[in-house]
Amino acid sequence: MKKKAKNLLPVNYRLIKDLVIKNLSGVLLGICLLVIIAIVIGLSIKSEPLISTESLWNILSSSVWSPMKGNFGFLPFIMGTVWVTLISLVIAVPLCLAASVYLVEYAGNRLRNFVLPLVNVLAAIPPVLYGVWGVLFVVPLIGNYIAPLFGISTTGYSVFSGGIVLAVMIFPIMVSIMVEVLQTIPKELRSVSLSLGATKLETIQQVVLKKARPGIMAAIVLAVSRAFGETIAVLMVCGNIPKIPQSIFDAGYPLPALIANNFGEMMSIPLYDSALMFAALLLFIIILGFNLISRGILKRMEAKNI
Amino acid sequence: MYAIPSIETEKTQSIIHQVNPHIQIKDLNVYVEDQHILKNINLEIPNNCITSIIGPSGCGKTTLLKTLNRLLDDSTEVKVTGSVLVNGEDIYGPDAEVTHIRKKMGLLSQKPFPLPMSIFDNIAYGPKIHGNRDKKSLQAIVERQLKNVGLWEEVKDRLDSSASKLSIGQQQRLCLARGLAVEPEIILGDESTSALDPISTQVIENLLIQLKQDYTIVLVTHILRQARRVSDYILFLYNGEVVEFGRSEDILLNPQNEITQQYVKGFIS
Repeated sequence: MKKKAKNLLPVNYRLIKDLVIKNLSGVLLGICLLVIIAIVIGLSIKSEPLISTESLWNILSSSVWSPMKGNFGFLPFIMGTVWVTLISLVIAVPLCLAASVYLVEYAGNRLRNFVLPLVNVLAAIPPVLYGVWGVLFVVPLIGNYIAPLFGISTTGYSVFSGGIVLAVMIFPIMVSIMVEVLQTIPKELRSVSLSLGATKLETIQQVVLKKARPGIMAAIVLAVSRAFGETIAVLMVCGNIPKIPQSIFDAGYPLPALIANNFGEMMSIPLYDSALMFAALLLFIIILGFNLISRGILKRMEAKNI
Repeated sequence: MYAIPSIETEKTQSIIHQVNPHIQIKDLNVYVEDQHILKNINLEIPNNCITSIIGPSGCGKTTLLKTLNRLLDDSTEVKVTGSVLVNGEDIYGPDAEVTHIRKKMGLLSQKPFPLPMSIFDNIAYGPKIHGNRDKKSLQAIVERQLKNVGLWEEVKDRLDSSASKLSIGQQQRLCLARGLAVEPEIILGDESTSALDPISTQVIENLLIQLKQDYTIVLVTHILRQARRVSDYILFLYNGEVVEFGRSEDILLNPQNEITQQYVKGFIS
């Protein structure tokens, strides 16, 4: 026994190090989680005054937003967020899917090795630059050329502009994930389909994309999460009018823009800060809920498909 | 399961066949990214026999197999010269249509790769692509091919469940059935049993021996004992060149070339 203890001495020091690192990393993880929990609690406490004056349903379903009169209806902002996100998805998903299929299935190595790093550079451009591009290019394009085609007169500041800018912004993340997903599909699976006499298109449609579906869904989910929360670029081109958009050429006011625009000038109006905090809480819950639900769907798809 | 035909009866059968070439390869050269992979291959692969391609790894066995159904077309920087005649028609000729050529050759790959769909759809996939939309006829095809590979009894109650839920040996038989469903003339096997356990391997080998009555079979294998068990003819490939081709007993028992002798005896592998 004694001898053993002696032998263990130098080992002991290493074991202690092991133990310290293990516990320390556990604690650090705990701190990360704590921050998230603190955000939820903080937002809940801050938005409590608003929730206690009116029913949750009223706040969510009312479309009247006039803080001076004490009316805090969140529907316009929720709808603004939904419109902008949906428009960006309608634009980005088909484009990204086509782009990634081309890059993986048809393009040569040289083109792929040139384009993929470029896509990642796009992801690193700060959002405010996309906003500027939106104001200088997309907004006039829609106001002066596209809307008149439909006989509508608008300044161009609209959910459509927001959707386009957002689509361009989520393009890099979507393409790079989709490309990665498509590349994980074994070459042999394609060979199997081809050697049965299928054409390349049939193989892509019926085998590759089918196998890749869960991964493609995951790419879309990530992109949607990004789109929900994107603030500055959307804020710059959306018009920011607290009304429910009736068409894609109407201005909208997404939730993140509401918070960013009004934070700081809220102190004088009663309940205003509480309303903004509630907006933040809402955004948090929407993103969390969306991620959880889509993760569940993904799991079921994977179990069924692969 | 199936009785393993003794080697003796196999040999006598193959003598009856004589060489009746189903596939003729003439002056075939394949270059991949400036590397000369296959050099001047001239070969006649006989009808209704099992021909095994053996040789050390990297000698071009799989490349040769893939040139037979033009699967190399999709890799970039591959150059093929010479001709491959199937029933006298050059599959690299100007009139050759690639989907039609591939339909003639069932491929059984190294590992089973079931398509991401149900057992039924895995087999119906090929016929559907070639225009068969008739549900009854598809059902008949699925049943016939599953019976053909001895899988029907095992899966008939769960045709709609995912093919990936089958065991790996069952998956490989499903892949064989899937290949047969497009009514090929030739079966190409690329080390088709290397991922399987001994029992599944035996099942596949016996199936191939049965199937040679109706099909010409070309196998790539790196297992000499397997080549001995199943083949009528053996092709020994070394560094992209045909070293020896002949009856399997001649190659295995009485190889003429020194390299073949060394390989067969296990000095090089």
